[in-house]
Amino acid sequence: MATLHTRSAARLMIAPSVLLLLAWMIVPLAMTLYFSLLRYNLLMPGMEEFAGLTNYTYFLTDPAFFQAIFNTLAIVLGVLFITVVGGTALALLLDQPMFGQGIVRILVIAPFLIMPTVAALVWKNMFMNPVNGLFAWLAKLLGLQPFDFLANAPLLSIILIVAWQWLPFATLILLTALQSLDEEQKEAAQMDGAGAVSRFIYLVLPHLSRAITVVILIQTIFLLSVFAEILVTTNGGPGTQSTNLTFLVYAQALLQFDVGGASAGGIIAVILANIVAFFLMRMIGKTLEA
Amino acid sequence: MARNVSTGRKLITTVVAWTIGILIFFPILWTFLTSFKTEAQAIASPPVFLFFDWTTENYAEVQSRSDYLKHFMNSVIVSFGSTLLGLLIAIPSAWAMAFSPTKRTKDVLMWMLSTKMMPPVGVLVPMYLIFRNWGLLDTRTGLVIVLTLINLPIIIWMLYTYFKEIPGEILEAARMDGASLSKEIIYVLTPMAIPGIASTLLLNIILAWNEAFWTLNLSAAKAAPLTAFIASYSSPEGLFYAKLSAASTMAIAPILILGWFSQKQLVRGLTFGAVK
Repeated sequence: MATLHTRSAARLMIAPSVLLLLAWMIVPLAMTLYFSLLRYNLLMPGMEEFAGLTNYTYFLTDPAFFQAIFNTLAIVLGVLFITVVGGTALALLLDQPMFGQGIVRILVIAPFLIMPTVAALVWKNMFMNPVNGLFAWLAKLLGLQPFDFLANAPLLSIILIVAWQWLPFATLILLTALQSLDEEQKEAAQMDGAGAVSRFIYLVLPHLSRAITVVILIQTIFLLSVFAEILVTTNGGPGTQSTNLTFLVYAQALLQFDVGGASAGGIIAVILANIVAFFLMRMIGKTLEA
Repeated sequence: MARNVSTGRKLITTVVAWTIGILIFFPILWTFLTSFKTEAQAIASPPVFLFFDWTTENYAEVQSRSDYLKHFMNSVIVSFGSTLLGLLIAIPSAWAMAFSPTKRTKDVLMWMLSTKMMPPVGVLVPMYLIFRNWGLLDTRTGLVIVLTLINLPIIIWMLYTYFKEIPGEILEAARMDGASLSKEIIYVLTPMAIPGIASTLLLNIILAWNEAFWTLNLSAAKAAPLTAFIASYSSPEGLFYAKLSAASTMAIAPILILGWFSQKQLVRGLTFGAVK
């Protein structure tokens, strides 16, 4: 039968992807794991020695680590809150009949297509700069003292910038989900005398719950690894006030050349991401069956 | 039936939605406008919106001072190169998984996706060292390799969801008519798969163009694509708003246009088909 022939051909066709991803998954990760057990600094070549779990204890007792964990969670939760609430509101608005809907959609989607370094620098210089920024001008117009966002509230500023980039993603997905809601159901509910609020709570929100879960899970994966926005705005500072886990590992590796320490941090980041990934995979796995 | 709404309500919705839309878009509009100002006008207080002497000198300046075109070409080569290479590897795999599924196909797909969940920082150190030892640091080849690998799962997944929608009966009919595997692919599958492949290509170019972890960490002056080039404006000496705006406008314009054409595919690709 042809199936046998097809099956081996199929295997051959899948093989390159599987082998490449397997190598990409295993080789560097195994190296990170190995490095994390070494005392290894690029500035002292040839001095590598086995260090057991020293790097982990060093990393896990470093105050900067806890700050970084806190900042990582603050960025993830802050951005999620803004984008999910704002995205739901925007999606509901964009679902209404209006003139020029297509153009508004395009305007709203745009920030998602901007590269992170551009987005962060535009906000940093042209909006949040305490001397020349537009916000400073607005503050002066209202008789207020200009606020130095990135110096006084670095984490909040980064959350705002990242939220601006991800709001379109949440909006777009929730809008897509909203448009698949049966129009007749809404009309029926309306005829039964359900008000706008109860229609939202009992009809729209349950319909959106799946899309909201998808938004939360996918954004979390990306938000755990926010990097460029921090690099070009605050460089993790002042001090470590806006350093997240990704940035901390980067600084340890490429600024302090501490391969061992950075690797231990990398492994911790992988473990954290896996916890999130576990839930995401279950979600998508269910979709695959449907 | 279309919803019956009074024109009055429609007007109010329109005003509110346009206001919010313009506010969200404003930073981009402002960047675009500032790119045509002189440096003095760019930081003028009160700010000037439309009534300034429009000039294109910033664009010329950015090019002559930093060889902008080189970085632009780096972005083009890296994003198109990694996307095409990814498609080359992914199309056979996705085809095989969509049309000759086995018990393990679902596990393989899930596993592929799981590689995407690995935070890049978890492998930053070894990748940096491998690149350094193999002379791949700050080369376009190196960037193409990394971006192909990180986006491969997304490419396979997107293609898979598109291929799944092609009716299998058509392939069986072709097979019964005696079409060989290669003919099946060239004459039957490809024409039907082109839309899906095109969408995948678009989305992946957008993702690769904007990728800003590996490009920032693995490239310097020579191979730096626009993400890394623009980042060099973060230093205080680089506080030239008009030039920053000109460089930024050129960096984001191509992708904005591509992205606007592929809104629908964006949703599908980014949610791995979970929301269509």
